[in-house]
Order: sequence, then structure tokens, then C-alpha cells
Amino acid sequence: MPLPTAPVLGILADNLRLRGSVMPLSRKKATGWADGLDLPRGGKTVLYTGHLYQLMPSIAALTSKLERFEDSLLNRAMGIGRAVNRKINLSSLMGREDRKVREVCEERLRNIARLVKAAGVNYGYLYEEELYSGALVYDQGLDSTFAEHAAKVAEVFRRNGVETAITVDPHTTHVLRSIFPGIVSDFTLKVRSYLEVLADSPAVPVRPLDLDVAIHDSCVYARGENLVREPRALLERAGARIREPESHGRKTLCCGGPIESLFPARAKAICARRLDELAAAAHHVVAMCPICLMNLEHGAEGRDLTVRDICEPLAESFCGE
Amino acid sequence: MTAPTMIEQRDELLAFTNNGGCINCGTCTAVCPLPKENVMLPRHILRLMHLGQREELIARADAIFSCLLCRLCEETCPAGVSIPECVRYLRGFMNRHLHHLEKE
Ligand code: SF4
Ligand code: SF4
Repeated sequence: MPLPTAPVLGILADNLRLRGSVMPLSRKKATGWADGLDLPRGGKTVLYTGHLYQLMPSIAALTSKLERFEDSLLNRAMGIGRAVNRKINLSSLMGREDRKVREVCEERLRNIARLVKAAGVNYGYLYEEELYSGALVYDQGLDSTFAEHAAKVAEVFRRNGVETAITVDPHTTHVLRSIFPGIVSDFTLKVRSYLEVLADSPAVPVRPLDLDVAIHDSCVYARGENLVREPRALLERAGARIREPESHGRKTLCCGGPIESLFPARAKAICARRLDELAAAAHHVVAMCPICLMNLEHGAEGRDLTVRDICEPLAESFCGE
Repeated sequence: MTAPTMIEQRDELLAFTNNGGCINCGTCTAVCPLPKENVMLPRHILRLMHLGQREELIARADAIFSCLLCRLCEETCPAGVSIPECVRYLRGFMNRHLHHLEKE
């Protein structure tokens, strides 16, 4: 029996309306990754995280809890759970997050911040003013909840005089660049992924990568934003040898991640098929989306395969980290 | 505001999908990762939309919420149908009329 869709979506929508995020994040969890980086506050160009990396430890914890709910009577309790969640923030109690996962996600954001510096771009950060992008509720067809939230996100950029947002993941890039302009009036923000910023910069590697690598293209980057060239150009500039899996570029195959919370068993089967393709191409795999990464890393356990965020080898090469 | 009647809801479905020119060729289903998991996506769902089969669609909510929105179907569709956008629309339809998560 799959999870009951309505209460799960209801909890996400209630959280966004009442608490500003699908899974509320404390200030420390939202901005802690930037501690010690001395990023200036605000500015015309900002690094906009959209909170997806910061949400991943909570999503991972919740997903493993829900996975145990699947096929169990307990999943009937989700309806009651939604009613309670309106009063108490239930989602943060539903699963204990792994500290290690949070450290990895925060380090990935720090790598991206360093890479944008290596591209020679001066930028700031909105710290606690930054809001979640709303990407997940958009995907679930909760359109009026999403539209209400998008107006709040746009207002934060306007109030801070931000003209360009540099994004760190495909889902945030896509909603901000391709969906916001259709639903928020006078939305003129320029949106660029950090991969585009770095690929278009003259940044040169300080340490070459001696690596055969398979790229797991994100469906949203490849087909939604036509972002296919940049990861290849950057890895090649760094010295890596690209080994393409059978499905790549605009024909990439989904990792199953988007349905990991609602339909864990289906997500797992789809992930296993994608991992088979990737493993046939190279031992080292890079991905560029925190959702893909969570799913692929989980699926690759016990396989002779290394899955990394593309920002990690790029930071080693371009920043010498 | 009173809830829309079934006919109005059916009209809403038709108004959305009639803009697409699906020729029912099944290319989308051939590339979609979900049929391998025994989930009927996406040609079947589009056909039901075209026919305004509200109850049949509601019975397939599970398939509609299983779509990955990965756009592989859209990439290969010879008629240029925005399939994931139809799926997203159907989710919104269910969220409004069935789950009552948003205003009807
Ligand atoms: S590939 Fe396009 S035209 Fe063919 S059945 Fe699917 S939606 Fe219809
Ligand atoms: S977008 Fe949905 S229907 Fe289309 S190929 Fe992907 S999973 Fe299948």
C-alpha cells in the first residue's frame, strides 16, 4: 500500500503556509553552513541556496521513517498526524537526522561558495532572510500555496535590491528562472546556476583531476534548463575523462528521487536501474542535485561505485581544497 | 462559492488538455520509467484526460502522484505535448477536488 498522498501533501503545504518551509529549518540549520566564510550580507548579486541542501538531512530522516510506514497500518495515522502538525511542528519530530549527513550537505554548500569565488564573482548572501524556493509544492500541483509563497520569495529579493541570484541546485534554478516569471508580476531577477557561472568564467584548475567519471545529468537541469554542456566542460577543463552512461544529456534517466518519500519501493527500483547504467560507464559518478545524490548514494551502498556531488571534485581542482 | 459540479470539473479537464495535440502513439509510455514498475503512465492518463473521465482519473491518483516529472516523455513526444505539465495539472485537480488541500 503506498503512503496516503493527501495527508503527506497536507503536512508539506501547512508547513509552507504556517512556517515558511515544507520542513521548517532553524536559523542555525539554514545559515550555519556559511559560518566562517565571511560572506557579505546582501548585494546586487547573491548566492541563493533555496534551502534544498539544508533540507536534505531532514528529508532523509523523514524518508527512512516513511519507508517503514509503507505497507504498514501505521500509515493510516498520517491523517491524524496532519491535524496535529498544524499545532505542533511534527515533521521535525518524525525522524532524527544524521549529523554526518548535515555536515556533508553544509560542506557541499561551502564548496559551491568557494567555486563562485574562484570564478571571480563578487557576491553576498541573504542569511536568515533567504527563503525556501517552494519547488516541492509546485511539483505536487499545490499551485495557490506555491503562488502565495513565490510572492514572498520575490519580495525578499526586491527589498534587498538583488538583481542576480546564483543558484546551487537544479530544482531551485528551474522554479526561479522558468516558473516565477509566469506567476510573479514584474519578476526580473537574473538567475544563473553556479555551474554556468563557473563554466563561463576564466577560472583555471590549480590541481588537475586524474579521473574517469560518469555524469548523472539531472532531469531538471538537462531537459528543464538545457544545462548539459557546463558540467562536461568544467570536468574536462579540470582534466577528468568523461565516460557517458547510455542515457545522458537531454536523454538522461531519472534516479527515482522525486518519489522517494511517497513511493519508496518504486523509487528504489528506478534507482537500481539507473545505477546499473552508471556503473557500466565508470566507477566514479558525479551528480549535481541534492535529491539525486541522496537517492543514488543510498542505492549505491554495497556496490563498487563512488557517488559524489560534482562540486566536490570541482572544488578540489579549482580551489585546491 | 459552491463546489463545481462534475460536468464543470470535466470541462476543466477538457479545457486544459484540448490545447495539446496528443495522437495517442504511445511513444511516451515506451520511454517512461514507471510502466516497468507496473504504473500506467503516461499515455493512458492523457487519454482519460482527453475523454474527460474524471472518475477513472481519480481511481488512478496513485499513478498520477508517482510521476517523476522527469520530462523524458515530453522530450520524445512527436506532437510536443507538455505531458509533465498535464500531470502537474491533474495533481492540482485532485488536490482541489478530492484532497481538498486548496480552494476549489
Ligand atoms: S508521445 Fe505524445 S502524442 Fe504520443 S501518446 Fe504520448 S503524449 Fe500522445
Ligand atoms: S515525466 Fe512522468 S510520465 Fe513522463 S517519463 Fe517521466 S515519470 Fe513518465
